[in-house]
Amino acid sequence: MAIERYSKDHEYVRVEGDIAIIGITNHAQEQLGDVVFVEVPEVGKRVKAGEQAAVVESVKAASEIYAPVSGEVIAANADLAADPALVNTDPMGKAWFMKIKLTDKSELDNLMDKAAYDKFVADSH
Amino acid sequence: MSSDPADASAPPKRTPLYDLHVAAGAKMVPFAGYEMPVQYPMGVLKEHLWTREKAGLFDVSHMGQAFLVPDDNRFETAAAFLETLAPADVSVLKPGQQRYSQLLGPNGGILDDLMATRLGFAGHDHWLYVVVNASRKDADFAFIEAQLPSGLTLKRVDGFALIALQGPKAAVVLEAHAPGAAKLDFMASVDAPVGGIWSHISRSGYTGEDGFEISVKTAEAVALWQMLAVHPDVAPIGLGARDSLRLEAGLCLYGHDIDETTTPIEAGLAWSIQKRRRIEGGFPGADSILRELKDGPARRRVGIKPEGKTPAREGTEICSMDGSRIGTITSGGFGPSVNGPVAMGYVDATHAAPGTQLTLIVRDKPLPARVVELPFVPNRFIRKAKI
Repeated sequence: MAIERYSKDHEYVRVEGDIAIIGITNHAQEQLGDVVFVEVPEVGKRVKAGEQAAVVESVKAASEIYAPVSGEVIAANADLAADPALVNTDPMGKAWFMKIKLTDKSELDNLMDKAAYDKFVADSH
Repeated sequence: MSSDPADASAPPKRTPLYDLHVAAGAKMVPFAGYEMPVQYPMGVLKEHLWTREKAGLFDVSHMGQAFLVPDDNRFETAAAFLETLAPADVSVLKPGQQRYSQLLGPNGGILDDLMATRLGFAGHDHWLYVVVNASRKDADFAFIEAQLPSGLTLKRVDGFALIALQGPKAAVVLEAHAPGAAKLDFMASVDAPVGGIWSHISRSGYTGEDGFEISVKTAEAVALWQMLAVHPDVAPIGLGARDSLRLEAGLCLYGHDIDETTTPIEAGLAWSIQKRRRIEGGFPGADSILRELKDGPARRRVGIKPEGKTPAREGTEICSMDGSRIGTITSGGFGPSVNGPVAMGYVDATHAAPGTQLTLIVRDKPLPARVVELPFVPNRFIRKAKI
């Protein structure tokens, strides 16, 4: 079963083996509003935890998406360029941003589990 | 869109319609010292398209409203004073007529932009009604007051709300409550009841669509809003869509596309300086503005269309094809009706012709773009009402 972790920047990390699927949470898409543009990283790019890895833009503003974990980008979701609204309709499913081959699985310990993330979101209101 | 940092420390104010926005599920954000609805559950994209297709209802009560009232009951007295601050021909206004202008600083920089209306109703047609930007209203009214000659009073009307009804269905919706409203000409106003609520109605707006701006007493704002909102073609629209609508319409946002460092000529607002003022001058910065008008300004505000899908936001660097920096984006984002990125900004006058190829630097990457005619979406103001 996949492990799911969350960042304070409202990204999710779904881990299967040493591959992490990264996207933004439902709370994040609600806050952004209508997504009109997504820029995902190139396959082969090496990202470090905390570094900018993608961009998501609503009508109102551009937001940077940070890599919650370090590794090499092994896949990027091309569907988001053609249909950025997928981020609003299916953020935790079809609208994944990138898949990263993890270099340091212990970085997952710095992230929140679902219960902790739900509390984090509730407390920030 | 940004809130005024000067107001960040003060608790935000609320308009008379605050509770209605919250009840409608609006997302409230601080803006110019007020808590304003940035979007409703419909979302910015659909709110924008709704306004272009039907009618949008906007709470713009945060804007500054005031009257200039001359003791001598002569409109010319009020008009002559405003003409010392703004470059429009105000004295020529007929009762009820409205005009767009700017408050100018001593060098011709824009301190704010405004709407000035000669009131139309009997016994008050010597009054000048001005509406200024929320973020500037305290500064504007202090500035005006400091220069008021004796015999003229500035009456701030903080006890009034301001509601805009915009879109192709606006006239039909308003006509049902205010018979005759649909016959108003663009930039004309009338004082009349809307469903029994006394209102100042003008045929104007900030979306590029036909529509009205309605000033109403605070105590009656909720009733008026509900009366209009109940129509199936009317939806409440937040500041997010207001911004994308005006950007597609090529309209300036103060503090972004125009400010103290830009002149009306650079900003492409020469149309708002009528012939008599061009001949006679007599407004702040007239010498340099009239010289710019004759010789052409060094830079111009232009429409800019990024060629891909990436929006270019305010602050984006604009380069010529040889790589030299020639300007900056002052408003930019996604245009829902255009279904792509739209922007405007200032470029060196030699690169201002429509069709000119440019490069925008977005996140350190060059992005092809070109200068285009404004507006991005044709304005659909009703120049002469036919109904």
